[in-house]
Amino acid sequence: MSNPQQLRYSKEHEWLSAAEDGVSTIGITEHAANALGDVVFVQLPEVGDSVTAGETCGELESTKSVSDLYCPVSGEVTEINEDVVNDPSLVNSAPFEGGWLFKVRITDEPADLLTAAEYDAHIAG
Amino acid sequence: MSSTELRRTALDELHRSLGATMTDFAGWDMPLRYGSERDEHNAVRTRAGLFDLSHMGEITVTGPQAAALLDHALVGNIGSIKPGRARYTMICREDGGILDDLIVYRLGEAEAPEYLVVANASNAQAVLDALVERSAGFDAEVRDDRDAYALLAVQGPESAGILKGLSPKLSASLDQGGAPITDLEGLKYYSGLPGTVAGVPALIARTGYTGEDGFELFVKPEHAVGLWQALTEAGAGAGLVPCGLSCRDTLRLEAGMPLYGNELSTSLTPFDAGFGRVVKFEKEGDFVGRAALAEAAARTEQNPPRVLVGLVAEGRRVPRAGYAVVAGGEVIGEVTSGAPSPTLGKPIAMAYVDAAHAAPGTAGVTVDIRGSQEPYEVVALPFYKRQK
Repeated sequence: MSNPQQLRYSKEHEWLSAAEDGVSTIGITEHAANALGDVVFVQLPEVGDSVTAGETCGELESTKSVSDLYCPVSGEVTEINEDVVNDPSLVNSAPFEGGWLFKVRITDEPADLLTAAEYDAHIAG
Repeated sequence: MSSTELRRTALDELHRSLGATMTDFAGWDMPLRYGSERDEHNAVRTRAGLFDLSHMGEITVTGPQAAALLDHALVGNIGSIKPGRARYTMICREDGGILDDLIVYRLGEAEAPEYLVVANASNAQAVLDALVERSAGFDAEVRDDRDAYALLAVQGPESAGILKGLSPKLSASLDQGGAPITDLEGLKYYSGLPGTVAGVPALIARTGYTGEDGFELFVKPEHAVGLWQALTEAGAGAGLVPCGLSCRDTLRLEAGMPLYGNELSTSLTPFDAGFGRVVKFEKEGDFVGRAALAEAAARTEQNPPRVLVGLVAEGRRVPRAGYAVVAGGEVIGEVTSGAPSPTLGKPIAMAYVDAAHAAPGTAGVTVDIRGSQEPYEVVALPFYKRQK
């Protein structure tokens, strides 16, 4: 599996796109999706919600477990992916593309976000 | 991940070469899934799936009083099992609590009775210890055969056709009418006979834990890889796929089959668990737990205990074991197993609920899913029954 170079990553296995007009797209990594197994339910924050880096902002349910979704940055939710709410299997089939989760207008981001290479090392360790 | 060394089955390398996600299950490193567990589940429902179940605990009981020992040690009527047949039964403590649920295969001919007791991996040692302890005074031998067998299961509507491609031969045994059973057609559900498959000796059993037609093949560990590969080749055209324990759990849940540790435990008697039918008071001789079980039978007759029911979600959030079942603001039960059901396309659960709320269609039942009350419909088990 390869983690796209242009993204940044959290240690909780979320990815974050480079900001366009201050807005970044957020999803979970292929590594996380594989670890969860088939995702069957996605609960996302609502548009307009304030989210805080490192805090839970939703949950992902798979066959065997439920996992909290952590927000990798702080800001305001500007859009959620209705497609993934209707078809959670997109998280498994296209975690870096059609399986994106939500978009945030960033007000603050932690200093410890990882590059693709650093994230590769994080999941290998 | 446990810090102690996990046990590996004879198929371990093969699972890894197939890219399986492995999991610690009762001290064994077992395949959880190879790809999508939903695809594996659907393959078993519509085509066929291949499982490694070598973690299951095999115990052989032999000797002139083998049947008498098992009638004493287990709650079922073991002496009545005909050669070549299998029986679902339970082993209880003196206080009636369920130690494990078991399948007992009657092997050997009338003059040399032999029984294969198959226990859950998590309970195999406890069952073995109990059988050895309870064998005192019986002319019977209890043998730990856990390392003597690998266990492969082929499950699904295509499984008989796939197995036939591996020239299965059964040792002649008499069916009810007196005719020898030599082929798979004669092997009824809940039967098992020694024979050969793909050229290796095997106990070929028509049993399973999926709600589908299927076979369980007990073979020597050194034959496991060859048999797995032969089954994979024979099943390729029919759509056979390797399947992990994750889909085994959703398959048995849809089929309404209990799992020890979830629906069954030492704190429940078979009567409290809704499985009183496996207790046979009319059999010969005394058996461990009889007095307590007779009491439990009378008590539950007078005063209905919580009932094991099915719950089907109206929404999409998945109930998990331990979640409270609520009606009218009161906790009226507890979820024992829950999962998204691939066949129904909705979350389902088994739960013990108060008898007053157990009737199918009971209104106003919710499951407390992490603080949110999600509506659920009470249904009769099983959720899924195959068309025969």
